[in-house]
Amino acid sequence: MSFKRPEHKAPPELFYNDEEARKYTQNSRMIDIQVQMSERAIELLLLSEKRPYYILDLGCGSGLSGSVLEEQGHNWVGLDISSSMLFVAKEREVEGDLLLADLGNGLPFRPGSFDGAISISTLQWLCNADKSCHNPVKRLYAFFSSLFACLTRTARAVFQFYPENSEQIELITSQAMKAGFFGGLVVDYPNSTKAKKYFLVLMTGGNMPLPKALSDGEEHASHVQFTNRREKYKNLKGKCVKKSKNWILEKKERRKRQGKNVRPNTKFTGRPRSGRF
Amino acid sequence: MKLVTHNMLTSKCLKGVNTGYPLKLVVKEIRVQSSDFNKEFISKMIPRLDWAVFVVAAKQIGHAGNLPDQLLPDYENNEELLKDVHHALFEVDIYEGELICPETNRKFQISEGIPNMLVKENEL
Ligand SMILES: C[S@@+](CC[C@H](N)C(=O)[O-])C[C@H]1O[C@@H](n2cnc3c(N)ncnc32)[C@H](O)[C@@H]1O
Repeated sequence: MSFKRPEHKAPPELFYNDEEARKYTQNSRMIDIQVQMSERAIELLLLSEKRPYYILDLGCGSGLSGSVLEEQGHNWVGLDISSSMLFVAKEREVEGDLLLADLGNGLPFRPGSFDGAISISTLQWLCNADKSCHNPVKRLYAFFSSLFACLTRTARAVFQFYPENSEQIELITSQAMKAGFFGGLVVDYPNSTKAKKYFLVLMTGGNMPLPKALSDGEEHASHVQFTNRREKYKNLKGKCVKKSKNWILEKKERRKRQGKNVRPNTKFTGRPRSGRF
Repeated sequence: MKLVTHNMLTSKCLKGVNTGYPLKLVVKEIRVQSSDFNKEFISKMIPRLDWAVFVVAAKQIGHAGNLPDQLLPDYENNEELLKDVHHALFEVDIYEGELICPETNRKFQISEGIPNMLVKENEL
C-alpha cells in the first residue's frame, strides 16, 4: 500500500488534525489550488442566472470552497468528519452552516432540499475501509442514494477528486449510477501530469451531454459519459470483429476519448499490408 | 446552526428510524448576525420548508416576528413577511444546544454552532 496518498495514512478524522487544518489557512499554494478547483466545480454545476442557490459542500473542510460559493452569492451547508477542519472554517467566519458528519453514513436531509452540491478533494476518502466494519461499496451507495434524494430534480453534483486507479473510478461511478444519477467524468488537461483534474459530474434530472473539458489546445480534452448497463450490453453485442477496419477506428476513437495521443485517420488506416516493407 | 438547516435535518440515518423529523430543539445559547436579504431567494426557499415546523422552531427561539401559522398564498409579494422569514431562517445561530431524535430520543450536541451528527457503527 502506498503511503503517499493521505487517505492511506490514517482515517480522515485523524489525518485532518489541528496541524493539517492550519495548512488550509497558511499554505497559499494549497489555498490557490483549492479555490481554483472550487471555481471550476461551481462552473460545472451549470447553474442558471436565477441566483443565489442553496448548495451542499461535501467534505467542506476549512471552508475554502464554501468561501468561493459565498463570493458568488450562494447559500451553502457544509459537512465534514474532521472537527479540526470545521473549527478552522468557524474561525474564518464563513457564512455557510456547518455539520460534523460522516458522508459514508448517508446525508441527514429531507428530500428535495438542495439545488446542487460540490465536493473538493474528498470522494477518494470514501473508497477506504478505515474501520473493520467499513464496507466501501455500502458506504458509497448510502452516500450517493441519500445525496440523490436530498437534491432537487434538476440538480447537479460535481466532485473534484483524486482517483487512485481505474477500478476506483469504476467503483464510484457504478454506485452513483445505482443510486439513480446520470453523468460521467470530465477530465481537464488530460495530458498534463500537473494540471490534470478529474471531475465527476452527476445529474438527477436525466441524461444530458457533459460540459466540455478544458485543454490547452493540442491535447484532446476527455469525457467519459457513463451509460446504463443495458446500453453497455447492446454495445457489446454490436462489437466489431477484432483487427477489422471498424474495430481499429473504434479503438482509436476510444483512446482519443481517454485523452491519449492518437494518429489521425487516413485512407490507409486499417488497410491490410502487402507483406513487403 | 441556522433554522434553515434545522428545517432540512433528519435523524433517519439511525437504525430503525422512519422519518426522524422534526428534530426536537434544545437551545442553550443563540447568536444573531445580520446577513444580506434577497427577496427572490427567500421566495424560492419557502416552498421547500416545512412551514409548521419552521414557525414552531422560530417561536421557540423567540425570533418568529409576525410569522403566520398558515402560509399566505401571495407570500412572494409580501416583503415584510419575506424579511421575517429571512431573519428567522438565516440570521439566528443556535450556538449551544441539542437536537433530539423524535423516535429514539438520541441526542446530537450542538457546540460552537456545529451539530455533531456522527453516529457509531452499531447505531446504523
Ligand atoms: C482536501 S480536504 C477538503 C478541503 C475543503 N474543500 C476546504 O475548502 O477546506 C478533504 C476533506 O474531506 C473530509 N472527509 C474525508 N472523509 C470524509 C467523510 N467520510 N465524511 C466527511 N468528510 C470527510 C476531510 O475531513 C477533509 O476536510
